[in-house]
Amino acid sequence: MQVPSHFEYERATGVEEVLALLAKYGPEARVVAGGHSLLPMMKLRLATPDALIDINDVSELSYIRVEGDELLIGALVRHAELLASPVVAEHFPIFRDAERVIADPIVRNRGTIGGSLCQADPSEDLSAAFAAVRATVVIRNADGSRTLPVREFHTGPYETEVGDGELLTEVRVPIRPGGSSAYEKVDRRAGDWPLAAAGAALWLDGGTVADVGIGLTAVGAKHFVAAEAEEYLRGRPADEDSFAEAGRIAAEHCDPVADQRGPADYKRHLAGELTTRVLRRAAERART
Amino acid sequence: MTDTHTGFGRMHRKEDARFIRGRGTYVDDVRLQGMLYGAVLHSPHAHARIISVDTSAAEAHPKVKAVITGETLASLNLAWMPTLSNDVQAVLATDKVRFQGQEVAFVVAEDHYSARDALELIDVDYEPLPVVADARRALDDDAPVIRDDVEGRTDNHIFDWEAGDRRRTDEVFAGADVVVAQDMLYPRVHPAPLETCGMVADMDKVTGKLTVWTTTQAPHAHRTLYALVAGLPEHKIRVISPDIGGGFGNKVGIYPGYVCAIVGSIVTGKPVKWMEDRSENLMTTSFARDYHMQGEIAATREGKILAVRVTTLADHGAFNGSAQPTRFPAGFFHVFTGSYDLEAAHCEVTGVYTNKAPGGVAYACSFRITEAVYLVERLVDVLAGELGVDPAELRLKNLLRPDQFPYTCATGWEYDSGDYAKTLRVALDMAGYDELRAEQAEKRAHGELMGIGLSFFTEAVGAGPRKHMDILGLGMADGAELRVHPTGKAVLRISVQSQGQGHETTFAQIVSQELGIPADDVEVVHGDTDQTPFGLGTYGSRSTPVSGAAAAVVTRKVRERARLVAGAMLEADPGDLEWEAGRWYVRGDQEAGVTIKDIAMAAHGNLELPEGVEGHLDATTVYNPPNLTYPYGAYICVVDVDPGTGKVSVRRFVAVDDCGVRINPMIVEGQVHGGLADGIGMALMQVMAFDDEGNHLGASFMDYLLPTSMECPSWELGETVTPSPHHPLGAKGVGESATVGSPVAVVNAVVDALKPYGVRHADMPLTPANVWRTIQGRPFRTDLAIT
Repeated sequence: MQVPSHFEYERATGVEEVLALLAKYGPEARVVAGGHSLLPMMKLRLATPDALIDINDVSELSYIRVEGDELLIGALVRHAELLASPVVAEHFPIFRDAERVIADPIVRNRGTIGGSLCQADPSEDLSAAFAAVRATVVIRNADGSRTLPVREFHTGPYETEVGDGELLTEVRVPIRPGGSSAYEKVDRRAGDWPLAAAGAALWLDGGTVADVGIGLTAVGAKHFVAAEAEEYLRGRPADEDSFAEAGRIAAEHCDPVADQRGPADYKRHLAGELTTRVLRRAAERART
Repeated sequence: MTDTHTGFGRMHRKEDARFIRGRGTYVDDVRLQGMLYGAVLHSPHAHARIISVDTSAAEAHPKVKAVITGETLASLNLAWMPTLSNDVQAVLATDKVRFQGQEVAFVVAEDHYSARDALELIDVDYEPLPVVADARRALDDDAPVIRDDVEGRTDNHIFDWEAGDRRRTDEVFAGADVVVAQDMLYPRVHPAPLETCGMVADMDKVTGKLTVWTTTQAPHAHRTLYALVAGLPEHKIRVISPDIGGGFGNKVGIYPGYVCAIVGSIVTGKPVKWMEDRSENLMTTSFARDYHMQGEIAATREGKILAVRVTTLADHGAFNGSAQPTRFPAGFFHVFTGSYDLEAAHCEVTGVYTNKAPGGVAYACSFRITEAVYLVERLVDVLAGELGVDPAELRLKNLLRPDQFPYTCATGWEYDSGDYAKTLRVALDMAGYDELRAEQAEKRAHGELMGIGLSFFTEAVGAGPRKHMDILGLGMADGAELRVHPTGKAVLRISVQSQGQGHETTFAQIVSQELGIPADDVEVVHGDTDQTPFGLGTYGSRSTPVSGAAAAVVTRKVRERARLVAGAMLEADPGDLEWEAGRWYVRGDQEAGVTIKDIAMAAHGNLELPEGVEGHLDATTVYNPPNLTYPYGAYICVVDVDPGTGKVSVRRFVAVDDCGVRINPMIVEGQVHGGLADGIGMALMQVMAFDDEGNHLGASFMDYLLPTSMECPSWELGETVTPSPHHPLGAKGVGESATVGSPVAVVNAVVDALKPYGVRHADMPLTPANVWRTIQGRPFRTDLAIT
């Protein structure tokens, strides 16, 4: 039977309390929300935190709203809430695409947006989706808060800019007219981690790509971004040839590793294929 | 609520009321006064010499009550135990560890947490050794010898076994117009029941009685084996198999954890619970398949199939623990003659040791008929491709005809009954086969990949006749006891045990059918060796063929006794009585009759009993099946393959099963649904691969995938009914039919979809990556690490 090693447990009700508890327990404390990654790791004793700070009652972090030209998503928003949100669907179909293929309904009911980003699994879906739409994240600490682009948030596998005593509280997505977005992933089975997945946000100026964001996951793309493909595409015609070439470039610049899900060259192939597909779909959506 | 349903037919399962209310009692639900908790330390290495095991720190843990090592067990002569294949297996390693995850030590503590904490305090010094991770290298001259515990052993060879007539088969092949060969791997998979294995062992030192609550599919066989191995008196052992959360063959054998829990209870004098976790279940308990097959099929140019032959390398892991009737080291694999009228057939199977977990037959395979069906049904499709004929047409041309039954196949099996072509035609009609082929042609013209796969399988289940089959000397006959209480309610005691098959319903329906009383008036007692007659357990789809027959026979005995009592009650000659559902009456006078309820009361009352009736109606029997039963079916799978990603979607699955008379069609359909889902799992996503160092690459449900509803289409089921001529109810087993028949239908469909690329075979699992590599024409091994 899998059982975790000893840990302390605290349940917080507000952000200030979370920060105080993080200060109290120090760097070996972990914040838990949905717990779908952390608890299995603890049961397998791959993670042995001294203390868990449960933020499920921190209701101030549970919101989705538009303020000005930004979509604001609280860190405690559940995957299921992101999936069901009409305002999210209206502005960013990429999240509906992604959330439909993230884990399963049980995990989506508990797992949170903040938890997904902070877990920083190199195969995580939302990291690619937020990278594609160029989100920014808000990190709170004892001194106040700071924001940084999500493209600078991940510092490596399972590593982020969230430091000791800090808490990710919000994700902000800029809303810009004239575009749309899409996400697609290939997995071995529903709920499995992706073999590869791609997300794209595309803004059109007539028949031309005015701006584009391309996120990739599970293929070793730096910061979950296909930067070279984005650069190539900007200002090009939004057509099949451009999207195919962007896919080729995205495949060339990612760095997948072989595992039992597939060999590296297959994952590289998928990065290209899926990049092309999501660009095509985002453009179709932008036009209608 | 009273259900007055009587006899065969659809009725809700009697056991569902407790399961859907969360009132089942599984092994892990058993809590005894003063119970302690056990945990197993496993080897991180696949092959290593044990230099030393230091348990002092663990023993010093304040909540630890005992630490048991191989050395402890050796002092009790229990370090090694016999397997079901006449080999031995280490309970706790003494000399070497031989697979990753092998059991090395056992801690007993006051709670789960402390037991687990204490494992980390045990210091084992290992000297790693070279590993045999690839079965195809196991017999190399320079392969390290895994089983050097056996004196004089110089290689990893376990057995050579053959069936069929080699010379005759070679002659037929030599004279055939067309011969096609195909290598194929049925990879190592795992039954992965949702409930893992476990035990609560309670040795009462005062009474000397050992009671174990354990996850076993064969409680009586386990009791006898514990008695034989541990030297405990058999009447002082009680094996209780409470509600079981799936078995699929995984819970047939005896695992080291069970022995450790028993020893733990003996050593501490307290009940000990051991419940393995998911990774332990996947890494250490009985796997299935792992057959590397080189198959060949011979035919005339006109498409008459003449012969099949196969050479198989069987990976049995570090100990030969495969569970099957003892005389058949390759199980029933030699029924690979399939559903066709072959002139000749021959197989040779070589078993080898590797540095992997032992086991071998588990996972709903009917003793390796899964492998046999996969082989022959893949070969038939490959032949159809070679001949350029439609695979349905080729099968129809070669299926056994009804007038050929009973049919003795080229490897000696006697198929009991069948009308195969009828069943295949029903499936083709249900699928709309011609329309599907037309759609496929149209799609191919547009570059879309659609595939249609068929399989026609014949199963051989219900082991088995005592003259042919035993397990470690125990004959495979099953007992049954039926009591009828004075008020006409009945209690049936059976030897087989349910892991979800619905025995409490099906067996009540058998008594109900034969005695004419509502099924709800029959209580079925099972899963407790102190309460039930001896029998070999539930696996190999044997419950209905063997114990179902026993239940019918014992009920008929009761009915005949009731006839005598009724004769006395009615003052009539028993020979003049007629039976109708639930009552005996005087021939020619329908009014003059008595019900079973009346008769039961009279049999317990003051009626002057007739000669030959001692009193009561109770009866016992033992059923020794004259033959196996041979259920069969025709399956058609339709898939779409995304050429850009290699992803397979199963669009439709038509399954027409003939399992003879269906006792409860709803339960039969449920069994088929489960087996079809299993088939999709095996065909598309499941494999336990190992890297060069023998690391298990599928040791959790993140790596070893079970299919979900998202991968399963809405099953389209059909049936034909061809009764078994020798079973008292005309029934055949069905539990494993769909698991046996479905994987190859999915594979045939995917291979059919990939035909435009010239593909004629691809090994399971057909994950997106493997399909893509197949499209690329790249060779690959699904049983090794992907690099």
